[in-house]
Amino acid sequence: MDTQNSRTDVMDRLTQSGQHGVLRFLTCGSVDDGKSTLIGRLLFDSKLLFEDQINVLERDSRKHGTAGDEIDFALLLDGLEAEREQGITIDVAYRFFATEKRKFVVADTPGHEQYTRNMATGASTADVAVMMIDARKGVLVQTLRHTYIARMMGIRHIVLAVNKMDLVEHGRTRFHEIVADYMKNAEELGFETITPIPMSARYGDNVTRHSESMSWYKGPTLIEHLEDLDVTTDIESEPFRMPVQWVNRPNLNFRGYSGTIVSGKVKPGDAIVVSQSGLAANVERIVTADGDLEMAQAGDAVTLVLNHEIDISRGDVLAAAEERPEVSDQFAAEILWMAEDDLLPGRSYLLKIGTASTPATISALKHKVDINTYEKKPSRKLEMNGIGMCNVSTARPIAFDPYHTIRDMGAFILIDRFTNQTVGAGMISFGLRRASNIHHHAMDVTKADRAQLKAQKPAILWFTGLSGAGKSTVANIVERKLATAGHHTYSLDGDNVRHGLNRDLGFTDEDRVENIRRIGEVGKLFVEAGLLVTCSFISPFRSERRMVRELVEEGEFIEVFVDTPLEVCMERDPKGLYKKAKAGEIKNFTGFDSPYEEPEAPEIRVDTTSISAEEAADQVIAKLKELGRLG
Amino acid sequence: MSIQSDVRNYAERFKSAKLRERPLSAHLKALEAESIHIMREVASEFSNPVMLYSIGKDSAVMLHLALKAFYPSRPPFPLQHVDTTFKFRDMITYRDALAEALGLELRVEVNQEAVDRGVNPWDSGSQLHTQLLKTEALRAAMNRHGYDAAFGGARRDEEKSRAKERIFSFRDTNHGWDPKNQRPELWRNYNTKIRKGESIRVFPLSNWTELDIWQYILEDDIPIVPLYYAAHRPVVERDGQIIMVDDERLPLKDGEKPDLRMVRFRTLGCYPLTGAIESSAQSLEEIVLEMLTARTSERSGRLIDHDEAGSMEKKKREGYF
Repeated sequence: MDTQNSRTDVMDRLTQSGQHGVLRFLTCGSVDDGKSTLIGRLLFDSKLLFEDQINVLERDSRKHGTAGDEIDFALLLDGLEAEREQGITIDVAYRFFATEKRKFVVADTPGHEQYTRNMATGASTADVAVMMIDARKGVLVQTLRHTYIARMMGIRHIVLAVNKMDLVEHGRTRFHEIVADYMKNAEELGFETITPIPMSARYGDNVTRHSESMSWYKGPTLIEHLEDLDVTTDIESEPFRMPVQWVNRPNLNFRGYSGTIVSGKVKPGDAIVVSQSGLAANVERIVTADGDLEMAQAGDAVTLVLNHEIDISRGDVLAAAEERPEVSDQFAAEILWMAEDDLLPGRSYLLKIGTASTPATISALKHKVDINTYEKKPSRKLEMNGIGMCNVSTARPIAFDPYHTIRDMGAFILIDRFTNQTVGAGMISFGLRRASNIHHHAMDVTKADRAQLKAQKPAILWFTGLSGAGKSTVANIVERKLATAGHHTYSLDGDNVRHGLNRDLGFTDEDRVENIRRIGEVGKLFVEAGLLVTCSFISPFRSERRMVRELVEEGEFIEVFVDTPLEVCMERDPKGLYKKAKAGEIKNFTGFDSPYEEPEAPEIRVDTTSISAEEAADQVIAKLKELGRLG
Repeated sequence: MSIQSDVRNYAERFKSAKLRERPLSAHLKALEAESIHIMREVASEFSNPVMLYSIGKDSAVMLHLALKAFYPSRPPFPLQHVDTTFKFRDMITYRDALAEALGLELRVEVNQEAVDRGVNPWDSGSQLHTQLLKTEALRAAMNRHGYDAAFGGARRDEEKSRAKERIFSFRDTNHGWDPKNQRPELWRNYNTKIRKGESIRVFPLSNWTELDIWQYILEDDIPIVPLYYAAHRPVVERDGQIIMVDDERLPLKDGEKPDLRMVRFRTLGCYPLTGAIESSAQSLEEIVLEMLTARTSERSGRLIDHDEAGSMEKKKREGYF
C-alpha cells in the first residue's frame, strides 16, 4: 500500500466532512421546553454517542430520569451532580457533534432569569441562537428575554424551535400563531435571519428527519438548516486590528509582536500604527512556525515583525494606519452585571479589553433595560443579571471600535479588584468626545512649586475605621500638631462635607461610593495646592479607599487605620448612633447592618484601646517624618 | 524508526520553519489559533506558569501548539510530569527523548513516600492509587514550585463535568475546584486575576474533540508514543478489559498467562489501569479510519472513571487534573 496516497485519501475524507466549517450555536429555553432533550437527540441521531455512554445514560435514566422507561436525554447534558439531582441546568455546557457537512459546538445554557449571565456567556461565542418554545405555552416573557440577550451579544441568526408539536396535535394554525407572535416582537431587533421550525424533539420530528405528522411543513429540518446556514461575517473586510499579546524576543536579532488578528487582513509592506501612541511602521514579515505568510487575516494567530523598532508592548493595538480605532478614556457601553454585589457607579473596577487592562469606573448609569419588556428605566445601580447603558471612564485611554462592528475590539469584562471575580460584561457602543474636548491647561505654577513654598510634601492622610473609633479625635490632634510646627494643612470630615458638597447623598451603598469619590477628588485638589489633608471617614469599602489612593501620586495617600473593635465603639457611642441603630432608627449603619472591610495593608495602624489619642497622633506624625512628607 | 530518531526529526522542524505543503483544514486552523491565543495570554499574564505534561496524544498536541505559539522563541515555561511510577515504559522513554531533543526543561514529581509504602493499583485499589500517586503528587508539585498557572490537556468532549469547565479554571489555595462558583467566561476575554497561593488551570484543548486531535496529529505529523499503534503485546484479560503486562510488577492470578495479542491503546495512563483495544491499526491513517467507526468512547478504557457517573467531578474538586 502506498502510504503517501493513503494519507492524502484519509485527509481528504476528513476535510470533506468539515467542508462547511464549524457552527457554534446556543440553545435557549428552560428545561421544560425540551432544550436538553433536543441536544441529546442531536447527539444520539448523529451517532455521536458511544455505546458505553449510552449504557451510563440508561442507568442514570432509571435512577434520576423523568421520561419513564425511555432514555432521558436531558441527563446526558446536566453534567454536574447537583444538577442531575435537582433536574436543572445551572451552568453552560459545551457539546460537540458532527454531520457529513459540518461540525457543531453547542452551548447549552440555563433558562431562568437568574441565569441570564450564563446565557450571555454561551451567546458570546455563538453564531446562532436556537430559541426553544413549548408549543402549548407559546411566546413567553423568557423568550423575549433570551431574544434580547442574543441581540445584545451580537448573534445574527435565530432559529425559532417550536417544540412539543405532538402535544398540540401537530397543529399548523398553532404554529403560525406562535411565529406571528414572535415576529411582532423580534422583527425590529434586526436579526439577519429568523427561521421558525415546528418540531418534536423527543421523537426527533423535524430535528434530524422530516416529520410525517407535520407534512404541511415544507421547510428544512433543524439539522438541515444548521448544516447549510451561511454564518460568514465580513470581519475580514473591516480594518486591520491586532491587540498585542506578547513581545517575542528569542535573541537580539529578532523582535516580533505576537497576537491574534481580530479584524481585517495584513500583508508585508502594509502601514500600521500603534493605536494608543500613533507611532507608525510597516509590516516586514508575518512569522509562524509553519513558515512566513504572504497574508494573514482575522482569526489568525501570528507574529508580526516591523521594518523598524518602535515602542510596543502588551495591551497596544496594532491597526491599519489609514483606518484607526478610536482612542479614548470615556465611552458608552451596554453592561450586563454578573455579580451578587450590585454595580455601583463611581466604584473602581479592573476593565479588561483585548489584551489591555486598566482601572475603570462607571461614571454614569444612563438607564437600565427591563429585558422582559425592553423598557428603559432610570436606575442608580445594577443588580445581578441587570443590563444597563453606562458611561465608562478608564484610568488610561484604550483603543476600541464599536462592539457591533468589530466584536473583539468592543468587548470587555469588569473584574472586582478584591475578589478577582468577573463581575460584568460590557459592549462598547460609542466613544464620548468629552475626553478629547477637555484639555488640561498647563499652568505656570505647579504642584511642586506650591509644595516647595510650604516646605512640605503634600499628602492625603486618610483615617478610616468604625463610627466612634476615634478617627476625628486623632486627626484633629494630628492637624493641631502639624499646624503648631508650621505646616500647611486642611481637614475634611463628615461634618464639613455631608452638609455641603455631598448633602444630596444618603447612606445606601451607591451613595457611600459617590460620597468617597467626591471627597477623593476634593482631597486631590488640596494636594495639588500643596497641603497636608486629613480626611476622617468611615469609608467602609476597600475599593473606594483604593480609588482615592489611585487619584493621587504614589506616596501621596497615607492610610491610617484607626483600629477600634466594634464592642469598644458601641460602648463609647459618642453620638448615640449605635443606640439608634440598635433601636432600628438608623439603617445601613456600618459595623451593624452594613459591612466594614478592614484595610489589608494600611501605612499606619493605631490601636486606640492601648494608647491615648495623643500617643496615636504622635505615631502618625512620626510615620509622616519617616515617609519624608514633612520637608 | 525508533522513538529517538522520530523526536529528533521532529525537533529539527522547529529550527527551520518550512511552509506546509498542504494547508491545515480550516476548522483545525481555527482550533489551533484559539489554543495559541490562550497560551500567549498565560505566558503574558502569569509569573510562574507550567505545562502539566502527561505524555499522551493530547499532551503531544498541547506541546506542539506551545512550540508554535512562541516560535521562534521556546515556550517560556517548563513541563511538569506527575509520574505514578506505573506508567508504560515506552511513555517514559518517549518523554525523556522528546524533552531532550527539544531542549525543554522537564520536571518530574513522584510521591516517593507512597511508592516506598508500596502503594499500587492492585493492592491499594484504583481510587487510593490515583489519590496518592496522582492527585497528591500533583498538589505537591504545584506547592513545591509555586506555579500560578498550569496547562492541562483536558477536552470538553471527554466527560460530562469537563463539558462545563472553563478554559481558565480557578483553583483555590488548596487546588480545589468549585463547580458552582465558576467565573463567567465571555468571548476570548479571560480573567487571569488571582491572589497569592491561588492558581488557574488552563485548558487550551477545551474545544477539541478526540477526532480533531487525531486529525491534527495526522495533518501536522506529530510523533506520539508507539503504544497508540497496534502491535503484538503481552496481555491478560480482566473484567472485560485487556491489560498489558508491561513489567514484572503486575501480579498474575492463578492460572493466568499473558497472551500475545494485536492491540493498541486509545488513551495512555497507568498500565495496570488502562485497557487496550484489539486493533490492527499500525499507522496514523488506520487509527483515524478506526476512529471514524468507533463505537465506544476513549475513556471507556480508563478504569478510574467507572466508579460512578459523578466520579470525575469528585476527583476534580479534590485537585485532580
